[in-house]
Amino acid sequence: MKNGSAAKGRSSWSSKLVNPVLDKEFRLRMRTPRSMWALFFYVGAMGAAALAFIYLMTEINRHGPSAFNPEESRMMFIFISFAQMGLIAFMAPGLTAGVISGEREKQTLNLLLTTQQSSATIILSKLVSSLAFMILIVLATMPVYSIVFLYGGISPWQLLGLFLFFVFVMFVLGAFGLLFSTLFKRTMLAVIATYGVTLFLFIGTALMFLFLNGVLQELYRNVPSTGAPPYRWIGHLLALNPAAAMYSILEPSLTRQAFFVSGMQGNSRSPMTLWQEFILIYSIVTSLLIGLSIRYLRPRLKRRT
Amino acid sequence: MFGFVGPNGAGKSTTMLILSTLMAPTSGSVKVDGFEVTEHPKEVRKRIGYMPDFFGVYDQFKTTEYLHFYGASYGIPKSERDQLIPQLLELVNLSDKRDAYVDTLSRGMKQRLCLARCLVHDPELLILDEPASGLDPRARIEMREILKELKAMGKTIIISSHILPELAEMVDEIGVIEHGQIIAQGKVADIQNRLRVKRILSVRLTGREEEAEAFLRNHPLVTRTMRDDRVVHVHFAGGDEEQADLLRQLLDEGFRLISFSEAQTNLEDIFLEITKGGGGTA
Repeated sequence: MKNGSAAKGRSSWSSKLVNPVLDKEFRLRMRTPRSMWALFFYVGAMGAAALAFIYLMTEINRHGPSAFNPEESRMMFIFISFAQMGLIAFMAPGLTAGVISGEREKQTLNLLLTTQQSSATIILSKLVSSLAFMILIVLATMPVYSIVFLYGGISPWQLLGLFLFFVFVMFVLGAFGLLFSTLFKRTMLAVIATYGVTLFLFIGTALMFLFLNGVLQELYRNVPSTGAPPYRWIGHLLALNPAAAMYSILEPSLTRQAFFVSGMQGNSRSPMTLWQEFILIYSIVTSLLIGLSIRYLRPRLKRRT
Repeated sequence: MFGFVGPNGAGKSTTMLILSTLMAPTSGSVKVDGFEVTEHPKEVRKRIGYMPDFFGVYDQFKTTEYLHFYGASYGIPKSERDQLIPQLLELVNLSDKRDAYVDTLSRGMKQRLCLARCLVHDPELLILDEPASGLDPRARIEMREILKELKAMGKTIIISSHILPELAEMVDEIGVIEHGQIIAQGKVADIQNRLRVKRILSVRLTGREEEAEAFLRNHPLVTRTMRDDRVVHVHFAGGDEEQADLLRQLLDEGFRLISFSEAQTNLEDIFLEITKGGGGTA
């Protein structure tokens, strides 16, 4: 009796955690050879990047100290992290921009929408399942990071923080993909829109920062140092950039540099670090994106009165 | 069982989408079992099983997994599904395919699997949009037998088709839709009577055929006559009463009739007749 109720409790918990849509997504995703190939090429690319880095460093240091030192190991960690971030930027839109439009194209969406599953369940399950697969892929690259641990220079906490940040970035890009997938009928359009936004976040914000940085440097050059603001607002632009935010975790001085007015006396200060601001802004943006996806998944049946 | 008839683009699928809570009506109100579809879509979804005219399946699922997924999506506990799914597969003659992957099934089998999926939560109303489209004659017959069985089980079924003879023998009522409007609704036979603009009468005589044809041609309700040896074919625009009158008039005129009969017109002729000019392709 007791066992029975315990089992029932467990099953109700598992049914809450894994709803039918999530269960379906997990099963079907792992049944396609495509997932295995994605995993294979991702880990392969990361491994190749790490080995290429080690090769280059040892080539450069051929006439210097023979060993791979902790400072180089740290550089390698940063290099691998940027490579990882680049791969995530490629993978996340591709994995999420087809989740709803793909069902629509396969003509399975209407069948799903007539079930008792709520729009929120469907949208969140799609996002979580895509995210779970991306986490699996990133976890699969852990052995590459172990090369870094072999040489030292990085703490496990930094690695954990970085990993959580990757998950957050995947969540953000995934939410964009999900919304476009819900709004656009064709997967191709949704993919293009998601890559467009990703490109803007990574390259567009950086270019805007660099451009405005140049303009402001010119402006402040002629202003007496006491009249300049204590920090520059354009630092916030860099806080929109996932790569910059990630780098601010590995290299905290980046935040100071982003908000720093060159030629100024005294310390420049910023309200918070780049990655903190990134997480704050994109938490709000992502919530909005998910909310819109839920809203637009099903047609609005109630007429406005 | 209600048959929904109309040319392509008349609004059959649209009506069914609205009934299935997948599209908002632009005007009017739609109720399923007392629930307004726009106000209580969740309640409506519980009560309907919808089968679209075109649908996809999750190819990587086995047939039982496919039904388990939809069963779970309707909130049916696993223990119940374990009992229910073999019964459903039995009903749609797919028991021997229970472990087959969905992408290995033929079109007819997928169609039947989709029908089983509609039934997984035991809905009171089945909305079937062209369930027999694209099926070979044998698969059509199988589908028809299953639908008859469902009707016998007491399900309310709304079915659209442009294969009219099939509908005629199954449905209790039909509704003819064109340009988004119901232009006729009722029992198949009643509609046949009401909408029959022309009936074709065959009058066989022992002689005086030419005279008879001339007499008939002058009758106000006769639109056309043709003579074929001793038989005069008449396109007659009247109803049963007028037809009886015509027979009396012919006899009163002294024509000797061997037979006076109505050529059978089928549902398809009527459909073509009432929707002509509407771009019908049935």
